[in-house]
Amino acid sequence: MRGLDLTAVNADALPISVQNVTKTYGSVHALDDVSLEVRSGEFLTLLGPSGSGKTTLLMVLAGFTRPDCGSLQFGDREVIRTPPHLRNVGMTFQSYALFPHMTVAGNVGYPLKLRRVPRAELDQRVEQALETVQLGGFGGRRIDQLSGGQRQRVAVARAIVFEPRILLMDEPLSALDKKLRDQMQIELRHLHEKLGMTTVYVTHDQREALTMSDRIAVVNHGRIMQLATPRDLYERPANRFVADFIGESTFLDVTRQGAEILFDGMALQMSAPVPEAEQLVLMVRPERIVLSPDGPREGVNNFAATATEVVYQGDSFLLHAQLTGGAQIVLRGAMRGAHVAALPTVGEALTLCLAPEDTVLIDGRGA
Amino acid sequence: MAEVRMNEAGLRQDERLERLKLFGLSSPAILLIMVILVIPVGWLFYVSFVGADGQFSLENYERMLKRKSYARIFQTTFEVSFLTTGLCVLIGYPLAYFISQLPRRMANLCLITVLLPFWTSLLVRTYAWLVLLQKRGLVNDWAISLGLWEEPIKMVHNMTGTLIGMVHIMLPFLILPVYGAMRAIDLDYMKAAANLGASPRRAFWTVFFPLTTPGLFAGALMVFILCLGFFVTPAVLGGGKVIMVSMKIVSNIELFVNWGAASALGVVLLLLTMVILWIASRFLNLDQITGGGH
Repeated sequence: MRGLDLTAVNADALPISVQNVTKTYGSVHALDDVSLEVRSGEFLTLLGPSGSGKTTLLMVLAGFTRPDCGSLQFGDREVIRTPPHLRNVGMTFQSYALFPHMTVAGNVGYPLKLRRVPRAELDQRVEQALETVQLGGFGGRRIDQLSGGQRQRVAVARAIVFEPRILLMDEPLSALDKKLRDQMQIELRHLHEKLGMTTVYVTHDQREALTMSDRIAVVNHGRIMQLATPRDLYERPANRFVADFIGESTFLDVTRQGAEILFDGMALQMSAPVPEAEQLVLMVRPERIVLSPDGPREGVNNFAATATEVVYQGDSFLLHAQLTGGAQIVLRGAMRGAHVAALPTVGEALTLCLAPEDTVLIDGRGA
Repeated sequence: MAEVRMNEAGLRQDERLERLKLFGLSSPAILLIMVILVIPVGWLFYVSFVGADGQFSLENYERMLKRKSYARIFQTTFEVSFLTTGLCVLIGYPLAYFISQLPRRMANLCLITVLLPFWTSLLVRTYAWLVLLQKRGLVNDWAISLGLWEEPIKMVHNMTGTLIGMVHIMLPFLILPVYGAMRAIDLDYMKAAANLGASPRRAFWTVFFPLTTPGLFAGALMVFILCLGFFVTPAVLGGGKVIMVSMKIVSNIELFVNWGAASALGVVLLLLTMVILWIASRFLNLDQITGGGH
């Protein structure tokens, strides 16, 4: 299938530079002195809970929200005061915002029509864009004849047909069911690799962000908490908020005693250096801590615990346990081997092991 | 395999009983419609086919075709209706647009002021215009004292007065459906249009306006049909110079005591309205007149 021929586009993609952007609504800081550099051709995700400011930031990029102050550059062009219709960025909306009074081709051709592209070329480019999103031949359909997934594709086709060098996506997959969402994630990712536009993607779904992004900016209270690759974000979260928001974790309070880090009087073995922070917590990912059927082991951190709840989940099981010090911890184990026959029972005394490389200390602030 | 069909007869009986109850509950409404709509309209049809001698005759309809005055009356009726509808669109659409762009609370306040005239009698509003527009009325007095024109202008007992009065009475019928259509437009459409490169003006004409046309058509149709049978305002403000079908019906009864002729006019007006509605229904969803589904 032939798609848009944009082989050289990567060189054309524009970097985005956001500097010291602030937007307040009354006393609420929707954006609080945000600075962000999006690299040329990068897929960057703004991830955060609702009300965190991620959508406000996207709306500033698109030009629909006027910030109080700050600078925004596409390439080396300052655009903070440029009205939205002159910014030349593609965008998809959470609601898709496909014009109901136009056909699919009418929608996709709309930006080309505004740019006075001649009829023949317009038709050709519309068809190409539709082919790119695997909707070749759908041009004559009405919007209300399309399924949710197809509407999503039309919205993408409309956003890329005029070959913008920046693409903004506002929770594009949130209205789709899970199976379709998983499939579209991969498809959008492929599309990005093919077209190479600098892409800013907004979502509140951390798994979606991890799946698709080159880098993720975690946003909360109008500030960027951490900007990192998915792997760094998951493995080395900058603070407790990020660790809590990305994946699941339980946090255990630790104390510093000289060079040692103590949990409940036990010195922790770690492979990574201790971060500089006033208040440290131990982050325990449920899939990293394991059950030891034969008691404490050498070379790892051992925790004595009592099972308080065991949940069978098909491919895995979830174990809630209380450590001897009283702290609660969650463990996720694979459903295989001895566990298939018998899971731990509530009240059973257990030993949980955490390898030194899985023993991660993080800044305890920002819960 | 033996089929077990438990409680079949009982369930079927429940079903029958339910249907019977439903019919029983709706029968007063059906009766009401029969008494106040079907029977009178049927009577109207019947009377229109009765001649002066009390026998069946088409003379009432023949008269309409033969006499030129009737053609003129129908022409006037359509003229007034068209002009009123056109003026309502020209004034009502921008007004509805303005209201739709206001914050909710302000918009609701404005809508109340649009609806306010409904709470005064039609006759009072019409006579109020008579007072305002007459030769030594408020409008002429102010305009002259402000130097807008020298001599009093004749604004009542003619087409001008009729149109002013009718547009005033009809405006809410246009504004409400148009406003509804405008409010229903997802703001994301306008954002998308801007994002794709449309200037505010282009976005309005290519996206906003087309999305409001169903509401606009519905409102215009409503106004037009109401105008066709309108009586009070053209009778008072037209001063006998603007004669519409409804006024001819009245004079046929009051002046000539000719029920057949009046009925025939009523039938023709009714049929015309139905034809217009039928044509319109092929192009738009009539639910929108009543503010129903989108």
